[in-house]
Amino acid sequence: MSAEVVTANGGPSCHLMSGCGFPAPGAEIFQFDAVLTFDIGSLSFNITKITFLIVLVSVVLMAFFLYAFRKPKLVPRGAQNVGELGYTFIRDGIAREAMGKDGDKFVPFLFTLFFMIWLMNFVGIVPFLQIPVTSIFAIPVAFALIVYLSWVPLGIYRQGFIPFFKNMMFPPGVPAPMYVLLAPIEFISNIVVRPFTHSVRLFANMFAGHLLIASFSVATFYLISASVVGILGSVASFAVTIALTGFEVLIQALQAYIFTLLTAVYISGALKAEH
Amino acid sequence: MTNLFASVAVIASGGAEEMPSVLSVPIDELIIGLIAFFVVFGVLGKLALPAIKKTLDERTNTIEGGIGRAEAAQAEAQQVLEEYKAQLAAAREEASAIRTQAQADRTAIIEEARNEARVAAQAVTTAAEAQLAADRAQATASLTRQVGELAVGLAGKVVGVSLTDDARVRQTVEDFINDLDQQVAR
Repeated sequence: MSAEVVTANGGPSCHLMSGCGFPAPGAEIFQFDAVLTFDIGSLSFNITKITFLIVLVSVVLMAFFLYAFRKPKLVPRGAQNVGELGYTFIRDGIAREAMGKDGDKFVPFLFTLFFMIWLMNFVGIVPFLQIPVTSIFAIPVAFALIVYLSWVPLGIYRQGFIPFFKNMMFPPGVPAPMYVLLAPIEFISNIVVRPFTHSVRLFANMFAGHLLIASFSVATFYLISASVVGILGSVASFAVTIALTGFEVLIQALQAYIFTLLTAVYISGALKAEH
Repeated sequence: MTNLFASVAVIASGGAEEMPSVLSVPIDELIIGLIAFFVVFGVLGKLALPAIKKTLDERTNTIEGGIGRAEAAQAEAQQVLEEYKAQLAAAREEASAIRTQAQADRTAIIEEARNEARVAAQAVTTAAEAQLAADRAQATASLTRQVGELAVGLAGKVVGVSLTDDARVRQTVEDFINDLDQQVAR
């Protein structure tokens, strides 16, 4: 089936009346050929468009903030204003919101997370780049892994090994028999499921968004034909593509925000016992 | 969408496709993602963010310091105003006291002068009355004597006898004068 899609995708002459089926985009639009492959030990690295985009995002991010904050002035102007907006948003809107004054020392961590994810989402609608890096599952997994390996050791370090798990699994104010039910649920939801929901939420949103935009883009092209239905359908698909792209801008920022806010909440829970 | 599910299903079931599942996590992509994060985190956390944190803290301090200074200045101004008002009130009170004192002094002085004048007038009146009484007494005595002498002289001429040194004649004149006085008084 996949092979069929690939062949259908290939032809610029594939339109509504030309006898070929709708070349719906599938998982293959998230696959990129390796430009270069090299081995380090037994591990082989594939350098793809995704690798290039990761480097691009990292470089742009570092360049912009190094430039914006190179010689910060008491009275900000230009790029510093924009950078400060981002900084105070993370500090006041996420770190202090979740942890109060304790949050200040986690601002660089949350700041890096938010802006990397946001920019990685954003390249999905930049012409020619046009693939959200976060729609490649390994990338949200990498971020979720970093977060998971931050808050769990932090909680154990701050609260102690036994109290950390006790506070998590035995929240106060519950009738004792309920703990039989509650303790395993709390453990599984916090320790086992949490990194998956954390990464999948971001991945699935960006994946679905990109697939939607791709589908309507392909439809716009496919429906161009010498028929009223085809022309109307093509125009409608184009309009939907534009609307979805606008909607994606919102989703990209929102998902980056949610990911970062959840990180702050997890860290906050690790710093002191919840409830 | 069916294509997607089909592909995923085929790949997930280990079919002979060259395309891996979208849910697969290639270790090389994971490692590249991790490295990218730590590089950006390191650079921003070490080089970019401390500078802006410092600046924001300084700005907060400056603003709060400015507010503090303004408050201090205002408090000082308020204090000076209070002192000024207090001094003004004291000065007013003093002036009022002086005025009251002056009023009292004036009244006292006038009263004193009036008393002195009254006493002086009294003295003058008394002296004048005494003088008057003395003059009158003298005049009366002188008149009495002259009238007596005239009367005696006249009587002597009428009678032809000198009655000048006679004690009896003198007594008679006295009696006559007294009688005259009583008639006048009545």
